[in-house]
Amino acid sequence: MEVKVLGACCAKCKATYSIIEKVVRENDLDVTLSKVTDMAEIVKYNVMTLPAVCVDGEVRIKGRVPSESEVKALLGV
Amino acid sequence: MIQQFADWMVYGIFGLDATAPHGTAVNFFVYDTIKILLLLFLISFLMGLVNAYFPIGRLRQYLLTHRLYGLDYLLAALFGAITPFCTCSSVPLFIGFVKGGIPLGVTLTFLISSPLISEVAIAMFLGSFGVKATFVYVLSGTLLSMAAGYLLGKMRLESYLCEWVRNAQKQSNAQSEQWDTGNVSFAGRLPVIVGDSWGLVKKVFPYVVIGIGIGACMYGFVPEGFFESVLSSHKWWGVPMAVMLAVPMYANPASIVPIVEVFVAKGIPLGTAIAFMMSVIGLSMPEATMLKQVMTWRLIGIFFGVVTLLIILSGYLFNCLL
Repeated sequence: MEVKVLGACCAKCKATYSIIEKVVRENDLDVTLSKVTDMAEIVKYNVMTLPAVCVDGEVRIKGRVPSESEVKALLGV
Repeated sequence: MIQQFADWMVYGIFGLDATAPHGTAVNFFVYDTIKILLLLFLISFLMGLVNAYFPIGRLRQYLLTHRLYGLDYLLAALFGAITPFCTCSSVPLFIGFVKGGIPLGVTLTFLISSPLISEVAIAMFLGSFGVKATFVYVLSGTLLSMAAGYLLGKMRLESYLCEWVRNAQKQSNAQSEQWDTGNVSFAGRLPVIVGDSWGLVKKVFPYVVIGIGIGACMYGFVPEGFFESVLSSHKWWGVPMAVMLAVPMYANPASIVPIVEVFVAKGIPLGTAIAFMMSVIGLSMPEATMLKQVMTWRLIGIFFGVVTLLIILSGYLFNCLL
């Protein structure tokens, strides 16, 4: 599975990244996690509010920090 | 009720003397903090509700498909006010708006009102200055964003946008349908909205405490009438000086309102104080660097210049009216 966190400058984006990182680590998931920080790249995903989480090319969360259980559901844990 | 709770906690639990100065000070602090946090929770909950049912993607769609004859500026200003987002969202929001063909002026109105009118500041204002001053703040913030957006729109500044943005602007509106979907039931949304409001209260809490703390120190140590002599309404340069001082500064609205409260208590006119606060939270260096990704420095300069000028004007206006 490929997970991308869009946006990396603000505290909310960092929080989102670390929650996903934690879930992946704790459950030993086969996930490629990366950050997209380039704005020209981010706007291609058609999101207007950050942070956003993109799973296998599809935007699933936008504009807020997901909870841990939400991330688990998203990653199929 | 809050007062009773504060009395019970400070005099009952902590055992402080209700007649001693430090007893009443702690009581006041507890009362003020609880009141502000409750207001904060309530207001961010209300805004969360509106946002859940009228998300920003739908506003964009509405602005694109309706001819509104100026009403679009009002909508942009109001939605900017109730939409919370962090500074790094300003770029994708900006692109999202101009891409489909929403005029630059309307987009800028949204970008101005969003930090200028914050739910945190509204809650703090209600708690500190009451309903009338809060109304003045929200009204002047809305009018100011509309006026600034309108003026900037009239200036034909499109050529000062970065090149990749201008290219995006030319793109067709074909993909606009995929902007916002998602139909979750009210019961499914409520926990998320409540959770977000609670998260905001937790996040802002330290800033409230810092702000009230600084405010309390200033209240105790700054001599009566000190600001009066510097920033009084009788001197014409009071408002511009307060605004010029505030533009480069950035502080969390939760910290700035208690400080502004002390300014007012020490003799600064409310209009000057609101102008000061709006420049602190509305215009900042972090925002400028963020906007640099879509705008040239020249456009950022014009943008900040127009907004600064209008904040100064609104300061004068409210000093006359209030």
